[in-house]
Amino acid sequence: MASDILERVKKVTIEELQVKEEEVVESASFIEDLGADSLDVVELVMAFEDEFGIDIPDDEVGEIKTVGNAVDYIGKKLGEGQK
Amino acid sequence: MADRPVASGRVVITGIGAVTPLGTGVDKFWPRMLAGENAVGRITLIDPSPYTTQIAAEVKDFAAEDWLDKKEARRVDRFIAFAVAGATMALQDAGWKPEGEEAEEVGVLMGSGIGGLTFLGEQHRRMIEQGPDRVSPFLVPYMIPDMASGYVSIVHKLKGPNNCVVTACATGANAIGDAYHIVKRGDAVAMLAGGSETPVNEISVAAFSAARAMSTRNDDPLHASRPFDLDRDGFVVAEGCGALLLEDYDHAVKRGAKMYGEIIGYGMSGDAFHITQPDPTGDGAFRAMRMAMRNAGLKPEDVDYINAHGTSTPYNDRLETLAMKRALGDAAYKTKVSSTKSMIGHTLGAAGAIEALICLLSMRDSKIAPTINYEKPDPDCDLDYVPNKAQDHKIDVALSNSFGFGGHNVCLAFRKI
Repeated sequence: MASDILERVKKVTIEELQVKEEEVVESASFIEDLGADSLDVVELVMAFEDEFGIDIPDDEVGEIKTVGNAVDYIGKKLGEGQK
Repeated sequence: MADRPVASGRVVITGIGAVTPLGTGVDKFWPRMLAGENAVGRITLIDPSPYTTQIAAEVKDFAAEDWLDKKEARRVDRFIAFAVAGATMALQDAGWKPEGEEAEEVGVLMGSGIGGLTFLGEQHRRMIEQGPDRVSPFLVPYMIPDMASGYVSIVHKLKGPNNCVVTACATGANAIGDAYHIVKRGDAVAMLAGGSETPVNEISVAAFSAARAMSTRNDDPLHASRPFDLDRDGFVVAEGCGALLLEDYDHAVKRGAKMYGEIIGYGMSGDAFHITQPDPTGDGAFRAMRMAMRNAGLKPEDVDYINAHGTSTPYNDRLETLAMKRALGDAAYKTKVSSTKSMIGHTLGAAGAIEALICLLSMRDSKIAPTINYEKPDPDCDLDYVPNKAQDHKIDVALSNSFGFGGHNVCLAFRKI
């Protein structure tokens, strides 16, 4: 499940930020390592919402700074959905 | 503070770039235009079947990734990508890359008549279908017409005056004229000026159809844009961009730059008559031409060529003819007039810029691009419109007319160096 989420997060990130696959590692920061600006992050978060069918409230966007953060956050959200 | 260069008061054009329905790049479109080729066809960028007008002149050979990095190319509105392409070509053509303090003396003034309506349309649909929190954070920056100038300045690091003109179909001409004044008075040594427009999207085609401004000759697109012909029935909407590098004459000489010509006059007026219809006497257009000729010190017989606004609407072509006859008197009958919109349609806010650079190319090559589809003379349009075939003709002085919804009238005057 987690590896599936990671693959889909990678796919969305590559598509949105037009970065190379090898750059999208779990420790990579969207802003510092992958060249995103604040508007890119808003767009990226929307793309995650679309991809996973979840809602990410504005006050929780700050938790998603790296690829790994996104995987954890999305995993948690999807887990909540199943309860 | 470093010494500022003293302005010579003369402004020349040292670089040009264009994105047109006959090709991206001056070397692509200009030979085709001289050959009288036609770029009008059934719309392909959207499904045209629900619209009253189903034809346009689209740019077919443009790839945003040729001009922008991949991430930006994928998402910017098309009018921004066109602006960057046109500006980049103009700088390359000028053989100049301003850097350091020099870049503070180079500005950008590129306009757009309607801006990023393609992106706005997509995001509006998203808002209706998925809710307001799904609207892209890029909607504001990609929709506002001033982003052409903003984006170009960021891409090329040009830190001089940065501004935007929005005067509908006079935008490109106003941008060049206003940039000319900026360079002339010494607030910049050079300005990238022009216009960019991409109106082949759902909301724009619907809106111009509703305004009853466009040709509905859907079954015969190749004969739809027919300026000054008796059977004209409206303009053909088109997309494109024109960009010119305007440079202080002394600076250009010092650089050893090639010069396409000099801007010698800029006339403007307002119709103060109607939101979309031109003044029925052609008075506003006449006064813009008179101002350009006066401040250029031109006599009617000095004018060798006029690139007309010539939209192919029943009103424009008749009233523009009246205005040209009033401005030039009897000399109007000896002056060559052509409408290049007959081949590439009406690029709205880009038209004045594309037509300005067509004037410069005509001067360079001593060739006038024709008014194609000229078949049935209109008794109210009785000038020499260079019908159907390009002509060899020496040009020292050319005028370019542009008129926009809102009653904005502009005339630019150019002289060969």
